[in-house]
Amino acid sequence: MIEIQHIKKSFGEKTILNDVSLVMETGKCNLIIGSSGSGKTVLLKCIVGLFTPDEGHVIYDGQSMTELSVQDRKELRQQIGMLFQGSALFDSMTVEQNIKFPLDMFTDLKHKDKIKKVNEVLARVNMEGANKKFPSEISGGMKKRVGIARSIVLNPKYLFCDEPNSGLDPQTSLVIDKLIKDLTLEYNITTVVVTHDMNSVMEIGDHIFYIYQGHKQWEGSNKDIIHSKDEKLNQFIFASEFLQDAKQMRMMEAEKEKAGV
Amino acid sequence: MRFFTKFGQYLLLLKGMFTRPENPKIYWKEFMHQCVEIGIGSLPIVVIISLFLGAVTTVQTAYQLVSPLVPLSTIGQVVRDSMILELAPTVVSIVLAGVVGSKIASELGNMRISEQIDALEIMGINTKAYLVLPKIAAALLMIPCLITLSAFLGIWGGRTAADLSNIVAADIFDIGLRTHFSPFNVGFALSKAYTFAFIVSSVPAYYGYYVTGGSLEIGRSSTTSVVVSCILVLIADYALAALLL
Repeated sequence: MIEIQHIKKSFGEKTILNDVSLVMETGKCNLIIGSSGSGKTVLLKCIVGLFTPDEGHVIYDGQSMTELSVQDRKELRQQIGMLFQGSALFDSMTVEQNIKFPLDMFTDLKHKDKIKKVNEVLARVNMEGANKKFPSEISGGMKKRVGIARSIVLNPKYLFCDEPNSGLDPQTSLVIDKLIKDLTLEYNITTVVVTHDMNSVMEIGDHIFYIYQGHKQWEGSNKDIIHSKDEKLNQFIFASEFLQDAKQMRMMEAEKEKAGV
Repeated sequence: MRFFTKFGQYLLLLKGMFTRPENPKIYWKEFMHQCVEIGIGSLPIVVIISLFLGAVTTVQTAYQLVSPLVPLSTIGQVVRDSMILELAPTVVSIVLAGVVGSKIASELGNMRISEQIDALEIMGINTKAYLVLPKIAAALLMIPCLITLSAFLGIWGGRTAADLSNIVAADIFDIGLRTHFSPFNVGFALSKAYTFAFIVSSVPAYYGYYVTGGSLEIGRSSTTSVVVSCILVLIADYALAALLL
């Protein structure tokens, strides 16, 4: 479980996050949504420790990241896996070397065992046989899958994904969403996804936090979101006429179910 | 004010490099990789430049030695001292600021922009130690070697040019090479080599590591790093000459 307590973050005179408090549960996909510039990526970077919050605490299963020593923070970070928006694969390394890198750095496994582990995670993300390819030789969707494979190779307790669907076609997005959801359940990890992809919200959003102008505007599940009366959330989620119609249909279906028709 | 902020950031980058490595074997591998990149990668350009520097110095010295009272062997002496004291350390370092410096700045800049540095940080790796330290250490090892090689090649290039263009015979040139040789000059050249090696590796590393923005900024930071490195090399060149000679 990750608890975020009263986080504030400013850059110069501009306040990006203003008193944000969230609780992210283990074994669930926790989604942080919000429009561009709302502060969701800054919030994610504060959670993973890439930014230090001006005020507040980030607590990982009882350990406050902001109060940990450098060494303890390093150890905590080894339990964190992260998928970046652009995958952040190391250009000079092959897919296999990319995934093996955390194993090389932090484990004493033999080379044979490392390769076995790499092949296991590659199979888990349906990328068997891509070991010797370089990041420049694979597609965007494949890069995301390799990024996920690298982030889970050390069996992390926490998985963070920054806009995992950006730049992907709808079909590949669904594959990535399903993979994230399956891994969350399979490894029983705390997953945090920053997204503004509405498919992801409806498909994998066990717990959704809507960030609006640097503060938490709304939270609930993907089922609650349909019935939400929050005007700002509705404006964000159902921005297009198509989605508004879809919402009306979902609500009518729900009412029919309630009435037993 | 901005200068002091940047200088402070530069010092913090250097301070941040010195922590216990997560896995010394990986650091060693990275160090060796950088030795190959910096040392072997720069070898062809250093060889070409050094040979021609020596050759041109020979021809120009001969052109200026018009007095029949000055023996021809003096050309060898002038080429030797020019190569050891100034041309090999300074010119090679300025060339390496372009070759090695721009590579370091653009490599780190690209890693920063594409979030690869963030990815390493998330893994719990000290990126300053893993990415910057091996580059500076490799430069400190390889650049003095390249400068030493450059001095030898420059002198050899000058000797060959003198012989081929009938300026002075090789055996007379060799007499000049042996005349009034001061080992202090070699020590002075090496002290310059280490100073310049540190400048041409750490300054571009700073510019690359802290780049923000996109590909345009990577290009800008790479160019700025080369310009700043060259200026610092020249300032350090004068300072060392004033202090040690």
